[in-house]
Amino acid sequence: MPLDRKLAIVDLTSGDIEIKAIPLGIRKKFLGGRGLNAYLLLNYTPDDVDPYDPDNVVLLAGGILCGTLASATGRCDVMTKSPLTGLLSSGNMGGFFTPELAHAGFHHILVKGKAEYPVYIFCHNGEVDIRDARDIWGLPVSDTQWAIRQDLGDEEVKSAVIGPAGENQVAYANVMTGIKNSAGRCGAGAVMGSKNLKAVAARGTMDIKIAYPEEALEFNKRFIDQITSAKVNQTMGTLGTPFIWGATNSWGGIRTRNFQYNQTEYADDIEPEHLDEIAEETCGEYHMTACYGCQVHCRAKYRIPDGPYKEVYDEGPEYTSQGAFCGETDTPNAITLLTANHLVDKYGVDNLEIGSIISWAMELNELGILPADKLDGVDLRFGNDEAVIEMIDRICFRQGWLGDTLAKGGIQASDIIGKNSFDYLIQVKGMSNLHSDERATPALALNCALASRGSDHLRSRPAIDLYHLPEPVLRKIYSSPIPYDGPLSSEHTEYIGKPYQVFWHENCYMAVDCLGICKYHTTFLGATLPNFEDWSKVLYYNTGLDMTPEEIWDVARRANMVERMYQLREGLKRDDLRKGDMLNHRYFDEPTRRGAPDVVGRVIDKEKFVKMIDEFYEYKGLDKEGNVKPETLKELDLEKEPSHLL
Amino acid sequence: MAKVLYIDYQRCTGCRTCEQVCAVKHDGVLNPIRSRIKIMKWEAEGLYVPISCQQCQDAPCMNVCPVKAISRNEELGRVEVNYDVCIGCRSCVVVCPFGAMSFNPIDRQVFKCDLCDGDPQCVRFCDVGAIQYINAEEVALDKKRHAAERLSMAGKDSVALLAQM
Repeated sequence: MPLDRKLAIVDLTSGDIEIKAIPLGIRKKFLGGRGLNAYLLLNYTPDDVDPYDPDNVVLLAGGILCGTLASATGRCDVMTKSPLTGLLSSGNMGGFFTPELAHAGFHHILVKGKAEYPVYIFCHNGEVDIRDARDIWGLPVSDTQWAIRQDLGDEEVKSAVIGPAGENQVAYANVMTGIKNSAGRCGAGAVMGSKNLKAVAARGTMDIKIAYPEEALEFNKRFIDQITSAKVNQTMGTLGTPFIWGATNSWGGIRTRNFQYNQTEYADDIEPEHLDEIAEETCGEYHMTACYGCQVHCRAKYRIPDGPYKEVYDEGPEYTSQGAFCGETDTPNAITLLTANHLVDKYGVDNLEIGSIISWAMELNELGILPADKLDGVDLRFGNDEAVIEMIDRICFRQGWLGDTLAKGGIQASDIIGKNSFDYLIQVKGMSNLHSDERATPALALNCALASRGSDHLRSRPAIDLYHLPEPVLRKIYSSPIPYDGPLSSEHTEYIGKPYQVFWHENCYMAVDCLGICKYHTTFLGATLPNFEDWSKVLYYNTGLDMTPEEIWDVARRANMVERMYQLREGLKRDDLRKGDMLNHRYFDEPTRRGAPDVVGRVIDKEKFVKMIDEFYEYKGLDKEGNVKPETLKELDLEKEPSHLL
Repeated sequence: MAKVLYIDYQRCTGCRTCEQVCAVKHDGVLNPIRSRIKIMKWEAEGLYVPISCQQCQDAPCMNVCPVKAISRNEELGRVEVNYDVCIGCRSCVVVCPFGAMSFNPIDRQVFKCDLCDGDPQCVRFCDVGAIQYINAEEVALDKKRHAAERLSMAGKDSVALLAQM
């Protein structure tokens, strides 16, 4: 049964390995994946631990549905304390690693301590070994996975690894699997590097019994039809996430030259249709690749057509890469995009964060805040493609003063650079914002400020807010599974009703992160995609666990609250610009300069914005300061946390 | 004539849904090693090729079987194993040129694709049409169409080139 999958606790200092069953009571409270990871992080880390201290833990987990027949459940949630933010580090990746881990008998791996020399962990059919990785240390992401397969003599081994960026403790290094799948954003790769842990590998041939196989098959078929019939997924399944680039950019929603403009000019070169033309399709008319059991298949395959990495194979690029390497840095060139996208995959570093930090440094250079003698000879101008590529190398290998400084992450770098450099850093809780410009969309701006792990679009973004859906449709979506009769607005420039949308999406995304399903299978970009009702059935048919949609909603609220408790414990304060729920002043002070009539000239109204935060806190059960109310803890059965039950 | 399984590997996204549903349909449990179909992957080149039984006319597995446990079922167009007769010697596994006859180490039995008795689940669940279940005479029709397209395009291109000269 999927519920039999275990937790392995690996102590790299002593070499001890402990394998524990996950009690049903804990499963019902947190399901698995990100929710259970948050519980374990709260329980297993001491207060205020340094992220690079051996006492910090790294958690890798599949959702409760991982290894079942449900669609797109190859997700892996990686959690630790972040060296980038000093708060919660949480990243989620697809691929084929966690299903292999589930067949090896495990859903959760907790790593603590620090190994004497580079090692990797190998999980296979109920057992866990720590193996020598000295010969593998230093290899790029993809080569590492092949080296592990060779070391074990088994090509079916799947692993979650770090690349040179993680080894060099770049504060936003990723944990990766496959060519492209990355658990990114907060620097979990650097924490693995600090533990001398190169990879966690898995190989399993154990049966996973499906509770009701016939029903699970038939329901999954219905589920897949629902997913593939959505226009948004059909488009994404042909062009990948870059399909939203053109519309968003012409509308005025792409942050350009750090935060100076909200539209990139002459950006046709990086449109997915053009990339498709210049990059030879790897194979056949269909040139997309998918994660485990997914029918959306949102990643393109390509070979770089020109430049220093000509003919090299990679996957993507994502919408995020377009923004990070073309929009923010104002270098909308296809070869730059494909090359930079390849480099971050090779070194194992977060594309969004590295692009964002390079564009920030470019603006500091333009303003004279970053003196010329600190640039190590790089011509750090906006629009200089070579500088973007060069800086990725320098940051990942911490070369020169600038490469080393930027590798520490935005806030630490701003402390070193000094002057008013911090004012230009577009971040929340120390994590850079996505390249999307939210000044015309208060709901999306609110999401950036309140996302648990720092500014982020995957924790609570109500992206469907941009569709201008009629109010009855919105009412239907947001009244499931809990009735909602408060205000709602179809208008994306409005402030009313948005806090509830953000609150609902926060719970929706947490629910799928606990179940282990990909967000493209939810109400993220498509309004007709599966919902709490469907997940309740999928969960029952596959695992036999009988939970109502309302109970899954409560799990999501509880898990979100555990993340909030962890953040508060580690020093989150509501109005703190470094560790709080507040946006950079430029959102409120600098009007947008470009874009459609409903975008140009807009700022976020700070007074209304603060009221939105108040309202969100009320829905969530927090007081005015953003602390957890005692009655909320009681309602969510979290009074005894950390309870150390597992 | 019975339908056949037609695999167009160029369409495959490598998602492995076919492996999942195959195992669950036949054994009620999820385990890729129980799947009759397997996607062979060259991850670093983005190449994914689903491999399954071709239901050969002159099947080597059938010919080699020392106890005649393997036979052709013309109605369903498949090669099938009679487990009442099979002695589990795995000779069929050795001779199959596609590796489509496998041995299940858990149940200690050989196993192969049975076309789900005429409703192959891998086909039903493959959203990109990389695995199709079609009439045998249509197998090459798609390829003929593409070849014809290429020829006619080449013809048009050469006319255009001539016109420029």
